[in-house]
Amino acid sequence: MKFKLLAAAASSIAMATPVLADLVLPWMSYRTGPYAVAGIPLADGYADYLTLLNERDGGIGGVPVRLLECETGYNTEKGVECYESTKAEGSLVYHPLSTGITYQLIPKVTADGIALHSMGYGRTSAANGKIFSNIFNYPANYWTAASAGVNYLLNENSGSLDGKHIALLYHNSAYGKEPIRTLEELSKKHKFELTLIPVDHPGQEQKSQWLQIRRERPDYVIMWGFGVMNQVAIQEAANVRFPMENFIGNWWAGAEHDVIPAGDVADGYKSLVMNDTGSDFDIYADIQKYVVDAGKAAGAGDNLGTVMYNRSLYMAFLTHMAIVKAQEITGTADISQADMIKGMEALDITDALMAEHGLANVGPAFSVSCENHGGPGLGAVSQWDASAGKWKLISGYLEADMGLINPLIQADSQAFAKENNISERCN
Amino acid sequence: MPEQVIFGMEVFLNGLMAGVLYALVALGFVLIYKASGIFNYAQGVMALFSAMTLVGMMNGQVPFSHLINAVFGTDIHHFGWHLPALIGILLTMAIMVLLAWLVQKIIFKHLVNQEPIILFMATIGLAYFMEGFGDLMWGGEIKKLDVGIPQGINLWIDEATYNIFDYGFFIDNLDIFATIVAAILVLALVAFSQYTKQGRAMRAVADDHQAALSVGVSLNFIWVMVWSLAGFVALVAGIMWGTKSGVQFSLSLIALKALPVLMLGGFTSIPGAIVGGLIIGVGEKMFEFLVGPLIGGATENWFAYVLALLFLVFRPQGLFGEKIIERV
Amino acid sequence: MLYREAGDFKTTYKEDNQTFPIKFDRYRYYFVLIVAFLIIPFWINDYWVNAIFLPFLIYSIAAIGLNILVGYCGQVSLGTGGFMAVGAYAVYKLMTAFPDVSIMIHVVLAGAITACVGVLFGLPSLRIKGFYLAVATLAAQFFLVWIFNRVPWFYNYSASGQINAPERTFFGVPVTGANADSWATYLFCLIILTVCGIVARNLTRGSIGRKWMAIRDMDIAAEIIGVNPLSAKLSAFAVSSFFIGISGALFFGVYLGAVEVGEAFGINKSFLVLFMIIIGGLGSIFGSFAGAAFLVLLPVLLKNLFVAGLGWQPDLATHLEFMIVGGLIILFLVVEPHGIAQLWRLAKEKLRLWPFPY
Repeated sequence: MKFKLLAAAASSIAMATPVLADLVLPWMSYRTGPYAVAGIPLADGYADYLTLLNERDGGIGGVPVRLLECETGYNTEKGVECYESTKAEGSLVYHPLSTGITYQLIPKVTADGIALHSMGYGRTSAANGKIFSNIFNYPANYWTAASAGVNYLLNENSGSLDGKHIALLYHNSAYGKEPIRTLEELSKKHKFELTLIPVDHPGQEQKSQWLQIRRERPDYVIMWGFGVMNQVAIQEAANVRFPMENFIGNWWAGAEHDVIPAGDVADGYKSLVMNDTGSDFDIYADIQKYVVDAGKAAGAGDNLGTVMYNRSLYMAFLTHMAIVKAQEITGTADISQADMIKGMEALDITDALMAEHGLANVGPAFSVSCENHGGPGLGAVSQWDASAGKWKLISGYLEADMGLINPLIQADSQAFAKENNISERCN
Repeated sequence: MPEQVIFGMEVFLNGLMAGVLYALVALGFVLIYKASGIFNYAQGVMALFSAMTLVGMMNGQVPFSHLINAVFGTDIHHFGWHLPALIGILLTMAIMVLLAWLVQKIIFKHLVNQEPIILFMATIGLAYFMEGFGDLMWGGEIKKLDVGIPQGINLWIDEATYNIFDYGFFIDNLDIFATIVAAILVLALVAFSQYTKQGRAMRAVADDHQAALSVGVSLNFIWVMVWSLAGFVALVAGIMWGTKSGVQFSLSLIALKALPVLMLGGFTSIPGAIVGGLIIGVGEKMFEFLVGPLIGGATENWFAYVLALLFLVFRPQGLFGEKIIERV
Repeated sequence: MLYREAGDFKTTYKEDNQTFPIKFDRYRYYFVLIVAFLIIPFWINDYWVNAIFLPFLIYSIAAIGLNILVGYCGQVSLGTGGFMAVGAYAVYKLMTAFPDVSIMIHVVLAGAITACVGVLFGLPSLRIKGFYLAVATLAAQFFLVWIFNRVPWFYNYSASGQINAPERTFFGVPVTGANADSWATYLFCLIILTVCGIVARNLTRGSIGRKWMAIRDMDIAAEIIGVNPLSAKLSAFAVSSFFIGISGALFFGVYLGAVEVGEAFGINKSFLVLFMIIIGGLGSIFGSFAGAAFLVLLPVLLKNLFVAGLGWQPDLATHLEFMIVGGLIILFLVVEPHGIAQLWRLAKEKLRLWPFPY
């Protein structure tokens, strides 16, 4: 955790001395292993964004960014090894990209004083900043995703789901079980019937589950899957002739690699998103010029504009904004790990800010605070157009039912606090 | 007829089809175990590798493109051609034969007469190696496999059953195709081993290596042949499963589905693989249908093993396996 | 010259029967203990402990356990992951239910619980042999993972199903939880490993070890001469599961701190520990250590070589890692099928005679 600070002149344009300081950003990606299919585009976006910052702007506030990419293969032990090997370099924020690794790292980063950002995954109750001082999961998490999805369905059904039947097809792991409690509460509130259908890892075989769906004919199927489970589910849904427009996956079940293998029959499949996708953003011109054409692209350069690529681009953007905010607050360009946490807690993303950096309307406007590390919890719905080969947003950013979710977050975080003797902060 | 019975029949038929797909994977194991006593852990990875090679050939991918680009700084990905499925399959078969020859020459020739667990370990090492090699050669992204196999609900059966039972059964076209292919494959393999010279030689080697050697059978040739056959079976299994879910790493996990089939049917019997597959397929689907909702679902993984275990308790060598005769 | 049996006379039965009869061996053993207990804790940092030492220590315990079952008693088992899960969940439930009891007692109790579960799943071994038994133990593996996923009581009804290890201290020093110092966790695991190693070594040297080996070599003949196969096989499962349960408890409590059962204790874990004992050498306690070291160190070494040293892209490095690990396993088996322990034995025999050739 040693961190060299440049002398006095906190002026970030330190051209006088050879730059010893840099902003270290570790990147725990998985380009191999069972989820490599999703992991490869996910790994590219973050790295490309930071390369762009270095090439075009000379870093953030004049201090170059150093990316430490570490391959975890979605494996928890390798995640620990990656964490231990990079933390001494002065890492500012960790993106574990895996719910398992996130749970692992939560106590460790808290003890070591480093920030952790699990955007849209990980431990949902970490949104309670009073208990989880170092953990952030803005702008949305699994419980708000489930609620936003239900709100979308409410809108589709003129505000009432009474008597409707919704099936949750979930990956039989901690990740897949996340929305269950929220959906059970919502089913009591809105009076729809909820059926829970688990799929065993890896989800290569879903015949029984889809036969059950075909028999019971739910009105909607919500999918909480990842990896091969998604591709197989979409194919099986097409096989049993389940109407694709009633099939909604969460944001880890709605990328190009999930729908393309099924071909044209996947047309109409919907997915929750927390950020927009596509290559229409202004930043892509810069990425093309400074990164891809200069031969510095992280991967093969063929994932630009895909859903996962954009998501990690968004992650990088939010990290960039947090560093800028931290630099503003502390007045130095070479921020420390504690400064990074302050920056993240003071984060305020506005539409103007997103447009300024070439990512206009990539996500909702929101701000983070000491108590709320989870952001506004907004989710939108996008739909796959197989003939055009593109995802299109078909709804605005829907709010989640925070009145229902907040007590759940409180209960879960208080249980964690009790087990680990953590007292509340931000008071 | 009560609804549950009709649903039960549908699940039963689908279980049979699923069992056929498992049996396809199990066949590869049986072939190798029968001829050389090696439990080939790498069978699943072979299925993945052969499927990746087929897709790579069909799409005209440059092998090792990632490595070449990283070392030489070039940016090549595809040759630009597209091969028809049949040619792709023939070329992939040639590569699997080459692989069988290499495996025999480099690994198993040196491990003759070792204990079964050492040979098993060697196949594990082979599995690791081929996994890394396959990813390096063709890349880890998901690839769509399309050799023209029809997919989707079979409308004819749907209508016919609807007319009889007032509920249309769902039978996937792919499953029907796979059943036909598996039947042809098993018949061909049985005919091969019964009626051709090489087949008889294979059975001789399976029975007793030394006696086979003494009558002039070339062990090396038989083993390469058996591994090639297993490679072919792996390719067929890889095509069937790859068409369902795309070609990616998880394809190698289908080997785990074949293990209960092997347990039940016996490691050394080809008809045992089929019968075992059918029993496991039906058993796990019916259990999931009947008992699953009561205990929370997702029981398929372990129930197949428990079912096989129950059979083993009564017949420790599997239904059709060779009786283990121990001499003191 | 140094490594000699000549001139080393034993005057008591106790001296004659000791584990390391040759003086050089004994001194080497003490030296290793001194370095491990007194020198390393002062020198290590977080990375070395968390990435190398802790996995090595913990997997060594598991490897010893599995070696007893597979190497000494000949019952191939692929249920190691499931049993480690039992140990982990047992220690979690004990830690959360009885927060005031010492963690050491909890770990030992977790091992005992796992031993009971192991005996239960070992019952098929009385009827099934060889690879069939291996596949039967997979039933245990998958069933245990399923049950820990399904029954909410095991993970204290938390919303996500993951378990987290609360902080516990041992003689006032925290050994679990995030605030545990690296030397504390290291020493805690080392103490347990040493005790386990001594127990295992003496069990396998004693009459029960000989019974296990008799069953392994020729179980029908063993039965004829009076070895009770039921008690021998089930005791092998019990002792083996005890060690594996302890290793699972440490894996969760001390090393990772939070686990998700499907990912941490899946079938890959079972195969990994099996590889360790095969490469290390079946039927040898030293082999368990050697195999664990090989399979823990090699990936880390390769990763540091390729990524940090040569600067290659991480995914290329990982693919190459797989190829090299697989290639090395094959090479190893071709060169020395009986594992690293056999190489070690041969080296010792040659050294005993050195500088004479025979």
